[in-house]
Amino acid sequence: MTDIGLWSVLIAVIGGAIRVSTPFLFVSLGETITERSGRINLGLEGTLVFGAMSAYATAVLTGSAWAGVAVAGLAGGAFGLLHGWICRFPRVNDVAVGIALMLFGSGLAFFFGKPFIQPSAPQLPALAFGSWSDLPQIQAALRVNVLFVIGAALSVFLWWALRNTRVGLIVRIAGDSADAARAMGYDVDRVRLLATGAGGVLAGIGGAYLSLYYPGSWNEGISSGQGLMAVALVVFARWNPLACFGAALLFGGAGALGPALQSVGISQGYYLFYAAPYVLTLGVLIATSSPDRALAGAPGELGQGK
Amino acid sequence: MVPFPQSVREVVPWSAVEPQSVAAEAPPAGALAVETIGMTKRFGSFAALDDVSMKIEAGGFHALLGENGAGKSTFVKCIMGFYAPSAGSVLVGGREVAITNPKGAQSRGLGMVYQHFTLVPSLTGAENLVIARSHVPAVIDWASERVALDAFMGRMPFRLNLDRPVAELAAGEKQKLEIVKQLYLKARFLILDEPTSVLTPAEAAEVLGLLRAMADRGDLTVLMISHKFREVEAFARSVSVLRRGRLAGGGRVGELSRDDMAAMMMGARPVRTVAGRSAMPAPARAVLRIADLKATDASGLRPIAVNDLAVHAGEIVGIAGVSGNGQKELADVLGGQIRATGGSVIVGDQIYGGRRAQSRALKVRFIPEEPLRNACAPRMSVAENLAFRAFDRRGDDPARPPTFWLDTGAMSRRAKDLIARFKVKTASSEAPIATLSGGNVQRVVLARELTDPVDLLVVANPCFGLDFSAVAEIRARIVAARNAGAAVLLISEDLDEILELSDRIVVMSDGRIVYAVPAAEADAQVIGRHMAGHHAPSATA
Repeated sequence: MTDIGLWSVLIAVIGGAIRVSTPFLFVSLGETITERSGRINLGLEGTLVFGAMSAYATAVLTGSAWAGVAVAGLAGGAFGLLHGWICRFPRVNDVAVGIALMLFGSGLAFFFGKPFIQPSAPQLPALAFGSWSDLPQIQAALRVNVLFVIGAALSVFLWWALRNTRVGLIVRIAGDSADAARAMGYDVDRVRLLATGAGGVLAGIGGAYLSLYYPGSWNEGISSGQGLMAVALVVFARWNPLACFGAALLFGGAGALGPALQSVGISQGYYLFYAAPYVLTLGVLIATSSPDRALAGAPGELGQGK
Repeated sequence: MVPFPQSVREVVPWSAVEPQSVAAEAPPAGALAVETIGMTKRFGSFAALDDVSMKIEAGGFHALLGENGAGKSTFVKCIMGFYAPSAGSVLVGGREVAITNPKGAQSRGLGMVYQHFTLVPSLTGAENLVIARSHVPAVIDWASERVALDAFMGRMPFRLNLDRPVAELAAGEKQKLEIVKQLYLKARFLILDEPTSVLTPAEAAEVLGLLRAMADRGDLTVLMISHKFREVEAFARSVSVLRRGRLAGGGRVGELSRDDMAAMMMGARPVRTVAGRSAMPAPARAVLRIADLKATDASGLRPIAVNDLAVHAGEIVGIAGVSGNGQKELADVLGGQIRATGGSVIVGDQIYGGRRAQSRALKVRFIPEEPLRNACAPRMSVAENLAFRAFDRRGDDPARPPTFWLDTGAMSRRAKDLIARFKVKTASSEAPIATLSGGNVQRVVLARELTDPVDLLVVANPCFGLDFSAVAEIRARIVAARNAGAAVLLISEDLDEILELSDRIVVMSDGRIVYAVPAAEADAQVIGRHMAGHHAPSATA
């Protein structure tokens, strides 16, 4: 195991980054769309858990992992639309609705998911980008799931679409100045409804990755707050889809540090290494913060008091 | 850094820029005539607009005068389809049309430039222009859009950088971009709502001169809401005056004197003029001293560097400048909203950082701009807002020791006394302050800040958006504070206000003090040039 020494730690961290980052990536891309339109959807944690459950159940029942991904996306979209629909009523606060939907989504997933904890479902396919190497560690690390590739492409596409498409500009206008959007004749509530729905679709697909690839089973502790962390990643990434990709990789890599060190025999401070992602996030946020500067890139309508 | 690239150019007649291209561009080109017949708008039982009939001929430049609340904004919003009029009709190009929303107005060639900006702050100028069109392609081909925009801007009278986010533009540039946007949308009838309030005198002359030239060539009809007689006389061809929702009069510019127009606007009513200033004994002590002050705003985009500024007891120092040149940041440092990164602010003989205890001990009062937002808690009552300075003292009295319990009885008595003395119009002292009009909110703030002895008063844009009588009263209160021996630092974007009130005038441009002059020797033209950034680099106050 130690024949390639500490390199194996680095390889394991890279492999972990690719493996662990995918749900973060999908949820944070979804939340970026939603927040760029001027709403915060904290319910994506619940959407992620429900997506994981519905994907797994569908895969068990139909025998097709991709059918599971599709159902998870649809279920996530329904949760997003529900959030967007409730928020269009006067004096409804999007953060409070998000917290309610987070608990609702998780609870519903636990309720319907009980029968699916035992059976095993077909898994999502992975691409063997490491086949050029003879080292099993590199081969393992570079087994990349299709959803990761799709997510990476999606972050580039969203970054492009926010500047180069009509829909992208309309979402940004709704998020930056609702008055300006209304003056141009756009229905701000509708834009936000659809943006929240689209965000839900992506979060649901992120959930499908959890149950159908890594860790690859359904149980009630499957998310352990990854949906909430991904929402925080959006702020960390300054609402930029490309930065979301980098932040998700960084976060995933930090999460893989503990198991990787353990695998080469370093087990002291085991639990502290598991806290690495959170310590890293706090550290970067403190390092990049300033008491005198406003957060650059924040959509102007976010958190506008209702 | 906020560079102010727009140099003040000579007013170039439109025809000299490029003669025929606009007519070739828009198929149905040429100015539109607009007429209203019996326009009425009621909100409940209150008639904001009462039977107003007005005809604006094609190629005209028509000014709409009136006090705040006279119905000017309601009138143009009815034309633009923001409000459905309760009665009356609009004729565009001689035909009656039903305009139900601003999009409909746009498709008929009507455009409006609002007093507040409608541009989206985080989008660039180019993005703002393209997305405002009625038909935007699903995927925007920026390469070809840029070619088209460059060609369009080549025909525009203003040079603007379209690649920067609008949030980084100075107010004057935003205003020009708003006008350019309407022309880009092929407006042939352009409504301007107090267009020059954020421009330097020279910029205002440039913008209005170019629009007047377009009107004279028959490309555009302009309806301008204004309350500056000077502008109306210089650029408008005809004028209408509204008072309390009714058409009070009008006519051709040149046939009406300023007194005629003022009489139509104000009706028969005495107006308080600014109280006379009493002379101060010569060598007064400096109350406020600013040395080598450096700071930057929350976005980090507007650094200021004020090397040397002193305000003495019994004088008003006016800081003039175009919006966005660092005056707001200077006010925020003095008010304690942002921290200075270098240099010192000294009040009396102590370092001053805008803390509550300091302002109480040194008798410093700060009246920020937009008082409802920046100096009040909008949903709390008038009485509570009046108590902000001393609610934590026994008996609501700043001179007495701190207390844990609120003395609501004393707060309420003091509120009623101040409401009567400052003539605040409010339903009761318990009404939320947000329900008051702008002038009355400002009266409440002045009542709170000016009743006790004041050593230093910092005021920012105190009369922005208030009507004539409130303005006169508030200015009189500021001069009274000066006469009582306070040092007053007046930061204002209204040059007329600075000229009227100040003993000494300094100009801020690009975050620095670039010019200083005693009011007696002040020349508006020279000040305007400095406001626009035309000054020797070494000049300091």
